[in-house]
Amino acid sequence: MTSPVARGFHRLSRPTGAEAGKLPPGQHVTADFPVLSAGPTPHTPLPEWTFSIRQGGETLRSWTWPELQGMPAETVTADIHCVTRWSKLGTVWRGVPVRALLDQVEHDTQYVLAFSDGGYTTNLPVKDVSGGRAWLAFDYGGQPLAPEHGGPARLLVPHLYFWKSAKWVRGLELLDQDQPGFWENYGYHNYGDPWQEQRYAGD
Amino acid sequence: MTLDGNAIGGLLLEIFGRDMTNAEASCAACGAVGPVAETTVYVRGPGTVVRCRRCTSVLMVIAQVRGMNCVDLSGLAALEANPRR
Amino acid sequence: MAGTAVRGRLTWQVATVTAVTAETGSVRTIALDLPGWPGHRAGQHLDVRLTAADGYSAERSYSIASADGEPVTITVERLDDGEVSPYLTQELRPGDQMEVRGPIGNWFTWGPHDGGPLLLIAGGSGVVPVRAILRHRQRSGSNVPARLLYSARSLADVIYRDELDQYQGSAEVRYTLTRSQPPGWGGFSGRVDDAMLARIAWPASQHPLAFICGPTPFVEAVAELLVARHYLAGRVKTERFGGA
Repeated sequence: MTSPVARGFHRLSRPTGAEAGKLPPGQHVTADFPVLSAGPTPHTPLPEWTFSIRQGGETLRSWTWPELQGMPAETVTADIHCVTRWSKLGTVWRGVPVRALLDQVEHDTQYVLAFSDGGYTTNLPVKDVSGGRAWLAFDYGGQPLAPEHGGPARLLVPHLYFWKSAKWVRGLELLDQDQPGFWENYGYHNYGDPWQEQRYAGD
Repeated sequence: MTLDGNAIGGLLLEIFGRDMTNAEASCAACGAVGPVAETTVYVRGPGTVVRCRRCTSVLMVIAQVRGMNCVDLSGLAALEANPRR
Repeated sequence: MAGTAVRGRLTWQVATVTAVTAETGSVRTIALDLPGWPGHRAGQHLDVRLTAADGYSAERSYSIASADGEPVTITVERLDDGEVSPYLTQELRPGDQMEVRGPIGNWFTWGPHDGGPLLLIAGGSGVVPVRAILRHRQRSGSNVPARLLYSARSLADVIYRDELDQYQGSAEVRYTLTRSQPPGWGGFSGRVDDAMLARIAWPASQHPLAFICGPTPFVEAVAELLVARHYLAGRVKTERFGGA
């Protein structure tokens, strides 16, 4: 049975011609900033907050919040694409490039697993976070990143679907072998390139 | 958006072929037992995540992959569809 | 990982709109013709699916506002930045069609055999399923004692006001208005708190059955207050609508 068309119903946002040209396949532009979560919003007090790079059960290097704030930060303007099909163009962030953090440890691994407060994880090839296309972001739109959007700090990796930009991130685990994170485990694509429409495993 | 198991009644109806809102869910992590209707549910993400209201462990994950429901129930120790009440 | 993939079964049916009536400035009740509807219990909801001409579809859940035996109706509040509610409350006309799945819900439901005394606490559009409970209670001739505490922003935001007022005598209906009250208002004001519940909630010793419905923060705050008044957790039934 095919569904009857609901007379006069259409999706809320429809892209202009200019916007449509910049969108990966299957995406549409949204004006708001949807909050999507897999669990409750964590609230780690800043004096207790750290970001760590770990390997084999050991912490190689760790930064406190003041130490992170003391590092050179960049302003990043990026389009972001959620696998649930909304995109936001021209979002403005401020954060420390992940490359600057990784440069402070010796590593020759191929993969990382980002881990967050609340247990969320997501995996990435190390070259996707060390090549100047990933940030540890703590400001959005000129304001401190709100908890519902991943504050105090989240991973920002705009060239991949936004589930890879882990909210409430607390560190990176360096891995010799790739390991699927939370959504990758439940059928989502291991890499997640929106321009190849890699939403699900096997795409 | 934080809802409860009532909000996924229709989705569970599709998956299980029956209403599961009053089915009794037992958390594999903390042992808490209660109706699916009272679990904490996160919707509108890449998938639906159902968590134990007491300890927040994941009970179920439902991901809609290419139009099919992929269901993981490994966070449940038990799911009793006809609880004696 | 224990997983299984299940394709959707034939659970959706086509509904035809028969009427759209205004309850308040932003709230509409939609009556549906659903051939083959199996009947429903008070408190249950249905899912609506709207499909656009380009194939885009959206689904939402709405509590059933009517009692079993009456035509199926839902009551929808327009959310200004919503995608579905502005369509249902402002565009929809008799004769239009949508898909419906239901009835759904075996937990947040009440029938006379469930007993009482009943304490119904509703915030905003959370009044819809408890109104269905009160209608069913009246239609079935049940003598189970019932009290409703209904929290709304202002008197103009109270849904079903005339209908709820006519229960006086057979059920106790009290309102609390949280943002503005009319001159000479003799009802409650402000958020539901323990002092307010002390005046309307059945004592725990009477083994009451409570239903709380509305926005998530409202439901959780009220449920906590009832449990603090020694209501049994298993006899406090909740349905969260999300949002603030």
